Amino acid sequence: MAGKLLLEHINVPGIKTFDVYRAKGGYRAVDKAFKTMAPDEIMEEVKKSGLRGRGGAGFPTGMKWSFLDRSKPEKPRYLVCNADESEPGTFKDRYLMEFIPHVLIEGLILSSFALGSNNTYIYIRGEYKWIIDILETAIGEAKAKGYLGKNILGTGFDCEIHVQTGAGAYICGEETALLESLEGKRGNPRIKPPFPAFFGLYGCPTVVNNVETLAAVVPIINMGGDEYAKIGVGKSTGTKLISACGHINKPGVYEIDLGLPVDEFLNSDEYCGGIRTGHRFKAIIPGGSSVPIIPGDLFLKTLEGNGRLMTYESLSEGGFVSGSMLGSGGFIVMDETTCIVRNLWSLSRFYHHESCGQCSPCREGTGWLEKILHRLEHGHGHMHDIDLLVEIAKKIEGNTICPLGDAAAWPVASAIRHFREEFEYHAKYPNKVAGRFAHVADYKKELNAIAL
Amino acid sequence: MKITIDGVEAEVEPGTTILNAARGIGGELVPPAMCYYSKLKGSGGKCRTCLVKVTKGSEKDPRPMPKLVASCQTPCQDGMEIQSVSSPEVVEARKGVVEFLLINHPLDCPVCDQAGECHLQDLSYEHGKARSRYEEERRTFDMIDIGDKIKLHMNRCILCYRCVMLAEQLTEKREHGVLYRGDRSEISTFIEKAIDNEFIGNVIDVCPVGALTDRTFRFKSRVWFVKPLYAHRDCPTCTGKTTIWLHGQEVYRVTARKDKYGEVEEYICNTCRYDKKSPSDWTIEGPATVSRHSVMSATQYKEGIKVEAPKKIGYGNISPR
Repeated sequence: MAGKLLLEHINVPGIKTFDVYRAKGGYRAVDKAFKTMAPDEIMEEVKKSGLRGRGGAGFPTGMKWSFLDRSKPEKPRYLVCNADESEPGTFKDRYLMEFIPHVLIEGLILSSFALGSNNTYIYIRGEYKWIIDILETAIGEAKAKGYLGKNILGTGFDCEIHVQTGAGAYICGEETALLESLEGKRGNPRIKPPFPAFFGLYGCPTVVNNVETLAAVVPIINMGGDEYAKIGVGKSTGTKLISACGHINKPGVYEIDLGLPVDEFLNSDEYCGGIRTGHRFKAIIPGGSSVPIIPGDLFLKTLEGNGRLMTYESLSEGGFVSGSMLGSGGFIVMDETTCIVRNLWSLSRFYHHESCGQCSPCREGTGWLEKILHRLEHGHGHMHDIDLLVEIAKKIEGNTICPLGDAAAWPVASAIRHFREEFEYHAKYPNKVAGRFAHVADYKKELNAIAL
Repeated sequence: MKITIDGVEAEVEPGTTILNAARGIGGELVPPAMCYYSKLKGSGGKCRTCLVKVTKGSEKDPRPMPKLVASCQTPCQDGMEIQSVSSPEVVEARKGVVEFLLINHPLDCPVCDQAGECHLQDLSYEHGKARSRYEEERRTFDMIDIGDKIKLHMNRCILCYRCVMLAEQLTEKREHGVLYRGDRSEISTFIEKAIDNEFIGNVIDVCPVGALTDRTFRFKSRVWFVKPLYAHRDCPTCTGKTTIWLHGQEVYRVTARKDKYGEVEEYICNTCRYDKKSPSDWTIEGPATVSRHSVMSATQYKEGIKVEAPKKIGYGNISPR
């Protein structure tokens, strides 16, 4: 069994409370860092560890921290924790915050110290209402023990953590929209540049990181950056939380070492436990709804026939033709009973609903996609709609302010690339699909890798 | 700093955006802009019609930019090389944006007061496709009166946010903004109330389409049947420099003066705009300048209007066909 770093003590009763967490070795990292390390040394360790953003984009965290504008000491610097986890299929941050909140608080204290942020915010989605209480209790406990507030552990460093709730908008998970929302404005993404590292919250230098990224700072400080970098393969270092769902025997949140073979993750009893009994593996969205969907066989083996690993690089091998992305780790598995058209309609309905409406390609395009897919799914589609969908997706992709446009376009392009016959089936036999919940097309063929 | 747009070299000040640099050069390569408004802080970046391709980032870092960029928001770098109309990719992307802007637009130009001076009409004529591929139902809204002078026709709105930025500049509180999100977003005042500001009538002028129209002019005349004249009056609130639109001896409407990119030169007050509707209120300076491509240059009032000389190409930037 692989070593767990974040979820090591997840099954210990009462790990939510400060005392139990402390007894299990919690806040060791803060003690170590505050007594023996300078802020820059923490940043160096994070850089050495090769930690990459766990929210989806996989940008190296140490590098992001080093971009923070430190040239204006009169301006406060902010650290914002992005807990607006709204990607369909992703629920790893919820699990972490709900069951072991202190690991996040500890990570936040360390990161705030490294970045010099005296006011640190956790922006959490409004739907996680009960977690707000959990976090605030944890913050209260940490404060009572002197790990937060004024003059932490006698170092003269002050830090407060504030929990702010969103109001249920997916777009507020985009870092600049999150900052706008945090400032009390409409959550529209800002036009970049300037980047938050220079002009972030209230116009001050800001770093926005995902919950899991910040939590991962704790093991990095405990074991040292070099040691952490030994876990994993190549540029994908450390452990990653994967929230597995869909047609598998054991859905749930798993912490894996990056570099685990996908076959083992999917089929071993330690993790997903295989495709639900009696069914065949059809397709997978390996990193949350915005990443391209790929057929099962292409997921297990690349076009060259190499087995894939659970890493940022291996999953995206083959690019958009035959690969996907690790994304945020929302692992959605589908067996042969899934209708890809219906699945895609459902996704595009989500993006249509969540588009902020600021820039035209995304505002109008997502609605258009949804309407066409709705028609196709309900037996009113035509053959030419399929090419039109690809065209619209191409027109949206890359032409928008924020990545939501890309996120809406990629699933459409990939689903049609790999499962075109299913779309054609829907267009050709409207009365077989119309008005029925039985949404399975005649999909009995063996799956072959098709690359266009 | 030296930059190159479509092979044309130009010298620009540091901090100039690509769009403004292109406007300095003029001609066909100027990207169209539906949301950027040089007089409004924070405008731009939203409509994506001004997309250009940067083939060389700068002298220091010659890598091309990975995506098309919004020229109204991207500052020039020394040695930057940009493609506007010379890149098929850009032309294709603009076509796509125009198509997106039109799919939910009612296309009610025959009964729209803005017809003839509408930027969306010009844009779709120059950059759009002849046919629509949109078969779905268009989204609709109810019309709203913002006070007794302004009509908000949300169906026509392209959500350029210009009026939002203007109201933000004029008023202290956030009184005029956007409700909801995605393609259901709509412009609204807090909430459906008139904004009490002497200059709020200018939202009509900054609106590129017929979403905000002057209720004192609605359905009175097509714009090409009224004659624009520059006029001024002694106004205690604004500069009083306006364009008045005459029909015979009647002043049908008063608007601010606009430059060749359709941007207001000086904001005018509500009194000038709505209440001074008699020729005796105004000192007429002479005919207003109209682009020779404008529909207004082809009317019965041709003699009365100063039509721009052919070499200077106006808002439309169309080459003579």
